[in-house]
Amino acid sequence: MLTQEKAGDIFDRIKKLSTADEVEVFLTGGKFSLTRFANNTIHQNVAEENHTLSVRTAFGGRTARASTNKFDDESLRRVVEASENLAKVQHPDPDLLPMPDRREADANAGAGATPSRHFAATAAITPELRADGVKRIVGVAGRQKLTAAGTYSSNEWVEAIFNSRGLNKWHEQTSAEISITMIADDSSGWQKANSPDATNLDPLELAETAAQKTLDSAHPKEIPAGKYTVILEPAAALDIVGFMFWDYSGTSILDQRSFLTGRIGEEIFGENVTIWDDVNHPLQTGSPFDGEGMTRQRVPLVEKGVVNRVVYARATAARMKQSEYRDNVGLIEATGHGFLLPNETGEMPMNIVFAAPQTPQTIEQMIATTERGVLVTRLWYIREVEPYDKICTGMTRDGTFLVENGCVKHGVRNFRFNESLIHMLSNVTAMSVPVRSCGEESIDMVVPAMKISEFNFTEVTRF
Amino acid sequence: MQQIANWALNTAALRGATYADARIVAQRSRALTTKNGRVGSASDSESVGMSVRVLADGAWGFAASEDLSRAAVEATAAHAIEIARASARVKLRDVEMAPERSVTTEWSTPYKIDPFSISVEQNIDLLLNIDSELRAVEGVTLAETNLNFNREESWFVSSEGSDIHQTKYSTGAGYAAYAFAGNEIQKRSYPNSYGGQWQNKGYELIEELKLLENARRIAEETVALHSADQCPEGTFDIILDSSQLGLQIHESVGHPIELDRVLGMEANFAGTSFLTLDKLRHLRYGSDLVSVVADARQEHGPGLGTFGYDDEGVPAQCTNIITNGLFTGYLSSRETAHTIGENRSGGTLRAEGWNRLPMIRMTNISLLPGEKPLSLEDLVSSTDHGILMQTNRSWSIDDKRYNFQFGCEIGWEIKNGKRVRMVKNPSYSGITTEFWNSLDAICSLDEWTLWGTPNCGKGQPQQVMGTGHGASPSRFRKIKVGSAYKSN
Repeated sequence: MLTQEKAGDIFDRIKKLSTADEVEVFLTGGKFSLTRFANNTIHQNVAEENHTLSVRTAFGGRTARASTNKFDDESLRRVVEASENLAKVQHPDPDLLPMPDRREADANAGAGATPSRHFAATAAITPELRADGVKRIVGVAGRQKLTAAGTYSSNEWVEAIFNSRGLNKWHEQTSAEISITMIADDSSGWQKANSPDATNLDPLELAETAAQKTLDSAHPKEIPAGKYTVILEPAAALDIVGFMFWDYSGTSILDQRSFLTGRIGEEIFGENVTIWDDVNHPLQTGSPFDGEGMTRQRVPLVEKGVVNRVVYARATAARMKQSEYRDNVGLIEATGHGFLLPNETGEMPMNIVFAAPQTPQTIEQMIATTERGVLVTRLWYIREVEPYDKICTGMTRDGTFLVENGCVKHGVRNFRFNESLIHMLSNVTAMSVPVRSCGEESIDMVVPAMKISEFNFTEVTRF
Repeated sequence: MQQIANWALNTAALRGATYADARIVAQRSRALTTKNGRVGSASDSESVGMSVRVLADGAWGFAASEDLSRAAVEATAAHAIEIARASARVKLRDVEMAPERSVTTEWSTPYKIDPFSISVEQNIDLLLNIDSELRAVEGVTLAETNLNFNREESWFVSSEGSDIHQTKYSTGAGYAAYAFAGNEIQKRSYPNSYGGQWQNKGYELIEELKLLENARRIAEETVALHSADQCPEGTFDIILDSSQLGLQIHESVGHPIELDRVLGMEANFAGTSFLTLDKLRHLRYGSDLVSVVADARQEHGPGLGTFGYDDEGVPAQCTNIITNGLFTGYLSSRETAHTIGENRSGGTLRAEGWNRLPMIRMTNISLLPGEKPLSLEDLVSSTDHGILMQTNRSWSIDDKRYNFQFGCEIGWEIKNGKRVRMVKNPSYSGITTEFWNSLDAICSLDEWTLWGTPNCGKGQPQQVMGTGHGASPSRFRKIKVGSAYKSN
């Protein structure tokens, strides 16, 4: 593993090699291991160690980046040369700012501190320990005469950024993740969880929940497509709402491709929807600085259904202050959400946290108060159909149930939905306590289960 | 490189591997983009490393490292063995591999112009000229362009004696214009959406694409979409242009024929397949006109799925996937071939890079062109009432690959053999086999294009791979149109 001391040494060597006005180095990498199982067998089992060094140089408004995974002297010389050669032939960018120093990077940091996200127990997980976990999962499948598929991964990595104006930041992190699909002849069930601390994960509990969903959804019946009350478990909720967060970006507004263009300050969601971005939340993960080393701020994105703010990289904030939108987009300031420069996408909130509702309901309570609806475990293959109404399409998957008269009745064949996120978040009638959740289509979030009226299922598939 | 590979293979053998292969890969890429008259990103990257794949105790282990020193390579091989023995703790049977003749050979992508030999200034000038042309049309609010060049050199050495050195080049380019007005964002792309056209070629691809020549038309269509009527909803005959049909092939033929999906190996993430083994040589997949091949050979063309040898040393092949409508073949590997009664792999195992395990990936999955001369305009002329749809905008399909829905950037309503009006937001949906059985006309070879899909995701950890899809415009009867926008 790369150490903080070695990273600093690499930066010093690069600084000496560079002839640019300014130089920035971003380093990331570590150890990544994943045990994959299917048909009750470990069929793929991989480990990787890799670190990437990325050098950005700047000459009077011109900047470019080059990267390598080799740290010997000749490789460092070549990567600096590649970055400088690319930068020198750029057209000057009038919006390019000098690299931030430490004072600027931390100026709007606020009082919050990022909790430690490196756990020795997670870093110490061996292939044998992952195999033992898989064995317990497969054991549940065997007892229930099911077939198990899934993953058990454990990772340890670092991120560091240095620049020639004296900024240097370091973050280290571990993560463990278990994902399980249980399969029967005509049904399936799924569960997934992750945490920096592997001791928070219980493979047996996840396996038993996935197995129960498989058993409960056996022999699914077809019910017609149409508008239904749906209860989205947290993973289903996060995978669909995740498709709107690219739009909470100053660059998206300036590019006029955000569904928030002309809507900031308006109540476009229900009053019960409040969302912020907060890297320091105890259930969140990730590094506390962005692609220029700016400290990530806690940003209230939506308050009681009103979109109040979007996030900004430094240059985006400067451009927005000069733009025609400046009086209609709320507070404009660099929030520490920028990507590595140069880029064309600007920034994005990456640590979404939904506020707890005033009166949270459990999923069981949501079911008990539903006359007729559909309980959804997971959504799949979600894509944006219409960007301004924010209509997304996708499928249900791995545990879809009919709810009638306050009870789960039986499994149903999977639906295709075409649903506007604006419409959906205006029709949330109940929420659970938000939890850390992960899916396959969006970033991990702290998100509640949601009960939603008039959710638009447009087709039914064959299983 | 031979020596590095031998360090790995010797260590694996000493520690009890019954099979081992080592891959050393050096990748170089350049990505240039512009947005609204400025360079968006400019980056070069290089990545070099090695991986070892072993069978020990009848189970797989895989380890990869950036470090090519002898100590690191031997430690990586030892770790792969440790992982394989852990895998063996949860197995039902030993892994079997179809036999493959060992070979010592070299192969490289044929190309005319090394894309890295073209100056960055020349590339940026081209992109900025396209950008100017797009934004010269009033109403265009955003213009984006991209150029991408990749070079991958790999060395594959196996304990069975294979020693294969390959060098592959790929090039991609494209652009998009956006127009925001009222409450609507419209978009047009060229030559295809999501990065344009990609092939295993050198810089000559850029010269062939006529990028600048098409920019004004694309920008004008983007703005015109705001004045176009909404695509009608209902059941229509539809004609798909070759790029949209390429993605249709990718999603509703390419993925379901992956044998690892069929066997449940991808069940947790990408899903399974409706093409269970009992359907081989029995299922009527499409109409008699539908013949699809999986062809990785150079003679098929410079697709992103073209190579000399796959990443377990099996030579590129052509497999008949659908033969005159009958389902006749899967994509297979040495581990899976026996499950369909084959004694040899179909040669489709590929990895994203040195640090990823090779897995079954689409090669060039292509719909063969119609045998009788038929142009797109002929096809339009022979259509009474239908919708011509061009350039993908959205795509989604269920995890067994039955139910799909696609949206396109632009449509044209056809009445009595003529395009009568432009329509916006066209979309269509259906069930895979019903859709392919509704095909009643395919344009001929002169309309056939081998498209590249550079962003196919699969596996855990996820790998992104390039695949090729040849297609010519085709017509499908009585297809459901417009449900994406119903009730929204």
